[in-house]
Amino acid sequence: MWWSLVEQIFPYAIAYTVPLLITALGGLYSERSGVVNIGLEGLMIVGFFTSAFVISRLESMLPGTAIWLGLLLAMIAGALFSLLHAFACVTLNANQVISGTAINMLAGALTVYLARHMTGSGNILIMNGLIRRNIPVLSQIPIIGRLFFTQTYATTWVVLAILLVSWFLLYKTPFGLRLRACGEHPQAADAAGINVYRMRYIAVLISGACAGLGGAVILVTYSGEFNGSVAGLGFLALAALIFGQWKPLGILGATFFFGLASTIANVSQAIPALAKIPGILLKNFPYIVTLLVLVFFSKSTQAPRAAGEPYDKGKR
Amino acid sequence: MKKETGKEYTIALVAVGLGLLAGALLMLVTGNNPILGFIYLFSGGLMNIERIGNTLATATPLIFTGLSVAFAFKTGLFNIGAAGQMLIGGLCATALGLTLAWPKPLLLTVIIIASALGGALWGLVPGLLKAKFNVHEVVCTIMMNWIAYWSVYYIVPAYFKGAYLETESRRIPEAASLKVKWLTGLFNGSYINLGFFLAIIAVVVIAYILERTTLGYELKAVGFNRHAAEYAGIHANRNIILSMMIAGACAGLGGAAFYVGYASNMQIGVLPSQGFDGVAVALLGSNSPWGVFLAAIFFGVLHSGKGFMNAMSHVPPEIADSIIATIIYFSATSMLIEKYWGRIQKQLAGKGKTDLPLAGEEEFKEKVGGAS
Repeated sequence: MWWSLVEQIFPYAIAYTVPLLITALGGLYSERSGVVNIGLEGLMIVGFFTSAFVISRLESMLPGTAIWLGLLLAMIAGALFSLLHAFACVTLNANQVISGTAINMLAGALTVYLARHMTGSGNILIMNGLIRRNIPVLSQIPIIGRLFFTQTYATTWVVLAILLVSWFLLYKTPFGLRLRACGEHPQAADAAGINVYRMRYIAVLISGACAGLGGAVILVTYSGEFNGSVAGLGFLALAALIFGQWKPLGILGATFFFGLASTIANVSQAIPALAKIPGILLKNFPYIVTLLVLVFFSKSTQAPRAAGEPYDKGKR
Repeated sequence: MKKETGKEYTIALVAVGLGLLAGALLMLVTGNNPILGFIYLFSGGLMNIERIGNTLATATPLIFTGLSVAFAFKTGLFNIGAAGQMLIGGLCATALGLTLAWPKPLLLTVIIIASALGGALWGLVPGLLKAKFNVHEVVCTIMMNWIAYWSVYYIVPAYFKGAYLETESRRIPEAASLKVKWLTGLFNGSYINLGFFLAIIAVVVIAYILERTTLGYELKAVGFNRHAAEYAGIHANRNIILSMMIAGACAGLGGAAFYVGYASNMQIGVLPSQGFDGVAVALLGSNSPWGVFLAAIFFGVLHSGKGFMNAMSHVPPEIADSIIATIIYFSATSMLIEKYWGRIQKQLAGKGKTDLPLAGEEEFKEKVGGAS
């Protein structure tokens, strides 16, 4: 009985994990370069809105391609919106937390403003989302096949590919080394001939694109409707980034953990075996765990050392 | 010293001007007349005595959350958890209001104290973690926000469920409401309530603590330079914890003002936007208690006028939030404004061929005032 339960929950848990994963990954780029980005929530909303707008307009003309076009434009919109954050934090040395808060507020207000102007209600519905597919051959593998390769969304594989590429980019290429150097000791990076400002701009733009994709993935997988809010998923991604100790694989584990906990909380009412666990614990679990992790690792934290500090060339 | 205050006002005014300009652009883009839009927006907030009452009632929680953010900021702490502290304060207030059947004066006193304590508890955790484990208060308060959100999400339906809707609490009885008959009558049946006077008291008390007490001096010293303060014999850790608790208490009172004052029941699944607006209020008020008060009233006008504007002109009400968000963005990037301000000031001083910098300042202030 437990096994069938796991098989039932698993696809939902993965669907819930993917937007978190890609957004947290975006946060990883930004924070590794030394820019704290609490605007992830807002950037997700931008992607959420853009994809809904594009797909709802084009899906009758270009069925199939409209979804992918929507995902692409959501990434571009997220990156463009994050320019505001990069300009404030990198060029103007503004307080990164205040700028991030402004991004969150602006994204929430602006997108709903535009959506309300277009539809009246402020909600944008798309007719078709992505279809779940079984992967041929792989889905026949016992156990693993049932869990990972049946009823999957294409976006899940795209995001996992981005995760893999990101790991390679950040840890195996000169670009990644430079980007991380900017987050650890920007003065030293500068002395080594790295343009700290450019690196941070690139990193924030990537984080915007990733968060935008995260918002779009919510739309085309389990939501199907833009409603002006991603219900704190951006902040949850931030928690996953910390819980995963600023490492790609750590983030994968953390987001899946959070995705599973949220899924269990969401379905627990329908499944008697899970109804015994109080929802309040399951929903609060990610945040409490993050606080505990912060306390336990407070002495040996892996956080980028210069994250949150504007780069001051004259400082030693 | 005087000159510095002038600069803060200029930055605030320029930020407001740019925010309104962005709002005008937004209205233009969506095919609305911005002048008409602004007329509706401001008359919606100030047209008659009832609407003024509503504006003050809308501003009340903003005063509290603005004070909360500003107070923590004085100690060098960024309290972005005002929303969560407000929720817990509101939960305490609602829970007591729905459980105790006491006479109004007694019940209100207990409610106010409880909401402040609830908020202070929610501020204590980040303060403690910051002081003992050096956990960054921004991350911590964000987590506390969502813990508050989900706690309310499950506690309200479990214990205080409304008669018809699962998503809200029962209406609080008249005895537990901060609304009082004479005040409602005075403002022609508006939402204004005792919370507004409580807010004024809070402004005075916070200003007194910051400017006239040893505690306030120590808090500010820790904010300027923690290490120097410690060297001078100030317990930085104790001050950090205290500062977060007082900030939390302010936001908690804001929760009471909103959930048992402005509203009369508690909705679940909403993180109150006043918490984040508080950051904008504190920034615009340059972290001074009376600055916070004025900024909150201004945002109150925007928020209470947006509905009227929407009804009259089809401009979506989110215009108010867009303007506020733009203001906070430009306040955050005030460096840019300062830079150009300095440049313009120099030019004006050069043109007038006077050695008195104050003359240029006055002239510029007039121009900025005209533009906004």
